[in-house]
Amino acid sequence: MQPVSFDYEVAESVDHAIDLLKENGEDAKVLAGGHSLIPLLRLRLAAPTVLVDVGRIDGLNYVRDDGDQLAIGALTHHRQLLHNELVQEHCGILGYTAGLLGDPSVQHRGTIGGAVSHGDPSGDMPSVIRALEGEIVVQGPDGGRTISAEDFFLDYLYTALDPLEIVTEVRVPKLSSDTGWSYKKFSRRSQDWAIVGVAAVVEKSNGNIGSARIGLTSMGSTPIRATAVEEALSGASPDDVAEAAKSADEGTSPASDDAASEEFRRHLARVWTRRAVEEALGR
Amino acid sequence: MRRIQVEVNGVTYEHEVEPRLLLVHYLRETLNLTGTMVGCNTSNCGACTVLLDDESVKSCTMLAVQADGQSITTIQGLAENGDWHPMQTAFHENHGLQCGYCTPGMILASVSLLNENPDPNEEEIREALEGNYCRCTGYENIIKSVQQAAGQTS
Amino acid sequence: MGGGLARKEDPNLVTGKANWTDNIKLPGMLHMSLLRSPFAHAKITNLDVSAALDQPGVVAAYTGADLADEWPGGVPCAATVTEDQKTPFQGPIVQDEVNYMGDVVAAVVATDRYTAQDALEAIEVDYEPLDVVMEMEAALEDGATLVHEDMEDNLCFDWKAEAGDVEGAFEQADVVIKERYIQQRLIPNAIEPRATVATQDPGHGGYVVYSATQVPHLAKIVLSLSTGIPENQIRVVAPDVGGGFGSKLNVYREEIMALVIAKKLGTPVKWVEDRSENYQATIQGRGQLQDMEVAATNEGRILAVRATLLDDMGAYLQLLTPVISVSGAAMFAGVYTFDAFSCQIKGVFTNKTPTDAYRGAGRPEAAYAIERIVDSLARRLDMDPIEVRRKNFYEPFDEPTATPAGLEYDSMNMQAAVDRALELSDYEGLREEQQRRRENNDPVQLGIGFSTYTEICGLGPSQALAGLGIGGAGWEAANVRMLLTGKVEVATGTSPHGQGHETSWSQIAADALGVTPDDVEVLHGDTAVSPMGRDTYGSRSLAVGGIAVHLACEKVVDKAKKIAAHMLEASEDDIEFEGGKFSVAGSPDQSVAIQDVSATAFLGANIPEGMEPGLNENMVFDPPNFTFPFGAHVCVTETDTETGKVRIRDYFAVDDCGPVINPVIVDGQLHGGLAQGIAQALYEEAIYDEDGTLVTGSMVDYMIPGAPELPNYTLDRTVTPSPSNPLGVKGVGEAGTIGAPPAVINSIIDGLSPLGVTHIDMPALPMRVWEAIQQARGESAGEWTSGGGIQAESADATQGGDE
Repeated sequence: MQPVSFDYEVAESVDHAIDLLKENGEDAKVLAGGHSLIPLLRLRLAAPTVLVDVGRIDGLNYVRDDGDQLAIGALTHHRQLLHNELVQEHCGILGYTAGLLGDPSVQHRGTIGGAVSHGDPSGDMPSVIRALEGEIVVQGPDGGRTISAEDFFLDYLYTALDPLEIVTEVRVPKLSSDTGWSYKKFSRRSQDWAIVGVAAVVEKSNGNIGSARIGLTSMGSTPIRATAVEEALSGASPDDVAEAAKSADEGTSPASDDAASEEFRRHLARVWTRRAVEEALGR
Repeated sequence: MRRIQVEVNGVTYEHEVEPRLLLVHYLRETLNLTGTMVGCNTSNCGACTVLLDDESVKSCTMLAVQADGQSITTIQGLAENGDWHPMQTAFHENHGLQCGYCTPGMILASVSLLNENPDPNEEEIREALEGNYCRCTGYENIIKSVQQAAGQTS
Repeated sequence: MGGGLARKEDPNLVTGKANWTDNIKLPGMLHMSLLRSPFAHAKITNLDVSAALDQPGVVAAYTGADLADEWPGGVPCAATVTEDQKTPFQGPIVQDEVNYMGDVVAAVVATDRYTAQDALEAIEVDYEPLDVVMEMEAALEDGATLVHEDMEDNLCFDWKAEAGDVEGAFEQADVVIKERYIQQRLIPNAIEPRATVATQDPGHGGYVVYSATQVPHLAKIVLSLSTGIPENQIRVVAPDVGGGFGSKLNVYREEIMALVIAKKLGTPVKWVEDRSENYQATIQGRGQLQDMEVAATNEGRILAVRATLLDDMGAYLQLLTPVISVSGAAMFAGVYTFDAFSCQIKGVFTNKTPTDAYRGAGRPEAAYAIERIVDSLARRLDMDPIEVRRKNFYEPFDEPTATPAGLEYDSMNMQAAVDRALELSDYEGLREEQQRRRENNDPVQLGIGFSTYTEICGLGPSQALAGLGIGGAGWEAANVRMLLTGKVEVATGTSPHGQGHETSWSQIAADALGVTPDDVEVLHGDTAVSPMGRDTYGSRSLAVGGIAVHLACEKVVDKAKKIAAHMLEASEDDIEFEGGKFSVAGSPDQSVAIQDVSATAFLGANIPEGMEPGLNENMVFDPPNFTFPFGAHVCVTETDTETGKVRIRDYFAVDDCGPVINPVIVDGQLHGGLAQGIAQALYEEAIYDEDGTLVTGSMVDYMIPGAPELPNYTLDRTVTPSPSNPLGVKGVGEAGTIGAPPAVINSIIDGLSPLGVTHIDMPALPMRVWEAIQQARGESAGEWTSGGGIQAESADATQGGDE
């Protein structure tokens, strides 16, 4: 099938994009790489009247070393993250995860800004950014603001982004050398969305665990943190991981569907959390 | 309608197109470049894979207007002066195709892989082709083809 | 023959020059788009296409009533398996009621496909949803919702065959095992969706239908039967076709519609299937509930097999729907010889997409059931699964041998295939590794699974096909002609779509005529090119069509020999033919090349008196029996007992398809078949919800395996020639889909058997495997805690699984 007709506007700058959104009202949609939007258009599950193409805005495709953080332009493609040296050196989990999204052709077009804006709880990137305690920089008609990942993802496909705002940058911490990480994705096929994904960022301290941050994919209507596990692991010994991981599904509300029942998702979250933390400790 | 200028297989084209026109239909219907095929409508199968500025993309998940000002290589532009690209030769010599419908996309995805990673191991090849379905070959001979094109076998 | 010649088909395919149906553009060509029902069962209470007609670019819009007179035959079914079989009328566009999601309600024809698609949204249609019946057992209950209200029940047919004293065998048996297996529905997924272009034949009466089909010759007949257009007014062309796997062994409503509308409008009409339509409206495969019983002695000797099946027709009968299961019935006896056999099949209507042939078509169902239950018998008797099989194999034979199910297998040597498979897989070493993993409580357990299968191929002897209820006409035709310049044209009635007939038939002809394969051009896929043909399906092409080519070449050589004798002024009895040269016995200097004979034959000035000029021979080969390829497969799986994820570590397949024409092509066919068999075992299932909505409606939800999901294959073969044809060949296209599913599932069960797992249904996706483990352990899934595995604190717990 083909999309229904729509108008198409190219944004020359972020401000221009915001103006275009303002002019065209709520039936306008932002188009970046298009890998979330165009399949929906083709199946006629979405029918915006105007697409505002932000994909040509100069200066939004970068990875910068910014003190304690890496600043990543919203139009940076997943495949660029996978191969980026700064990302590999300072925040390997981000590049590794970017390499798991869709397939290489999708990674060549899909952007980190798009992955974040879409707010899909079964997307891998949001839970990783939550585990990293990253920040999302957005710009709107009244200027810019920075939103913590914790405050950004509000509900299923729903974020703190106002209708006239667009994501311009994602900021993640540079991980110290004694911080290990892992992202474990469980899917039926390599190309699929995660049935369950677990992001683990673990600070090591004298052979023990200093602190751990665990992000869960597909375990609720938003990417969520496994806080019970995090608490249990704080200052814990590696021998405590298996026991701590048993509470990985506490406070989650996973769906039941043909891919996995709620029970199976809960079980996988526990097993995968254990394996992810163990892998992070070894990395 | 919107005016676009695109270089495809070394030739520059200008057309007025509807914004909703998918790149794959621009190639097939407007330019009559029928070497690029449609296999699904969900970005899964990869039959429509082309190179956009030397990187693989799925032309069914791109609007023609998004390609404005860019350079595209389809399967019909891969051979140079009639000489096959080594990947084309490798698919032929390793029986890496049967019905051939997925083959243009599979070859271009493989070319893109070697552009990024000239010496991939088997797992990397399999993962890199995860977005290109083949229903005929079971993939083994496709993997062998890519290995040959990478110079790992002769 | 026997050489791995690189394919002649490839150059166009690797350079993007192939001629797919969707590439065809004709002057004035219009595009057809179809409004499909979102309901599985509903009355159409209001339908108005006039608003669609008002849209710019829309040329015509039709309801079923508008065109009913144009297709008096509807969409015909060619199979009648019992006298009282119910065959509902399937109009290409329905009139009052839709019976499955995807049923066609209206058609729009417009100047381009975007416009046609847009216009569908302007059609006014109201539905009154009806109750649906989705499951076969429910469909057969008294008072069940009827798929077709004019039928008294949902039973399409009740077919039974029995031989020997089945009851007695079950009464006397030491051991009786009864198990239920499920053949899930599968979506064939040729990567090229269907496509059709119908046009009046310019400069000639009648019509040309270009279609992405496996069966141009069958289509010509069926299109005529449906529309009443005389058969000699229809030419069907299959251009390059992007895979079929049985899904294009059909003649569909869209082909009929395109033809009828092209006739009505007097202009070419194209229809190209969307993938969503493909999932709803192209036939699906399998869909069978199997109650399988075996009676045996304590020593493992099988006494009888009884198969009681429900087979899901879907809402209508397509070309061969009812005969798919019936044609596989006798294969439930497998590769084992015993005395008593019965098979009962009930065909059942449901509110789902019609089923029909999908790669294997009846035989994967049979092989799965018999190979699963033989493994269960081995477990019950605490015997090695191979030892039980060996006790029941036929002694090797090379002449037709009667089976308990009433067939005559052509030739078989299971012992040789099994011995080779065990050697190839290092069976003893695998068992040792398995034992180590069990003793170490490894969370990743090793499974070793077997399948020793046979299949029925080379469709087929016309008389036997008539007996199955499909009329006959199992022959295949070839025309071989040598041209003035010594080049050869082979016109074949087979219609390849990936199988490489151009290459293999060239090899056969080159071998017989003493020319090179490059000298041979193979013409196919066009009813005008090969007026007689029965097309490509059922692993028939080589064993029937390839033989026709071979025999036509022999006729050419026979005639050429007479002309050579005339040219050499020798007696025909003294002429020898070798390496493309006719020579006089004992005088090798006196010779003439076949190319020179061909020129002489063509010119006709110097040929024996009364002889027809030219070397141009037809052959129609009707085989005396089917062929029965067989093989032994060993599947080695690693199952992560914590997550249920199965990885195929190795797959060993020793297949016997008789002598091989092109080993590269044969191995390729095996690879592809194995991939689809593994896909059935581990990944794929068409799932409907209780309202009749196809839940797996796109490639996002339907689990086609990609490159990371599939293993490499270790292949070998034994060669047991078939007595069914002069080359001894058997066919290989479906071997993998038949051999693989039981090998994979047997392997998973074998690996998990120490945990008490004895049964897993297909597809063995992680949740299903995990649930089987939970169930076997007698723990509820909810109480299961992480860190379990076989041993909770195993240090290797992170191995396997996700990577």
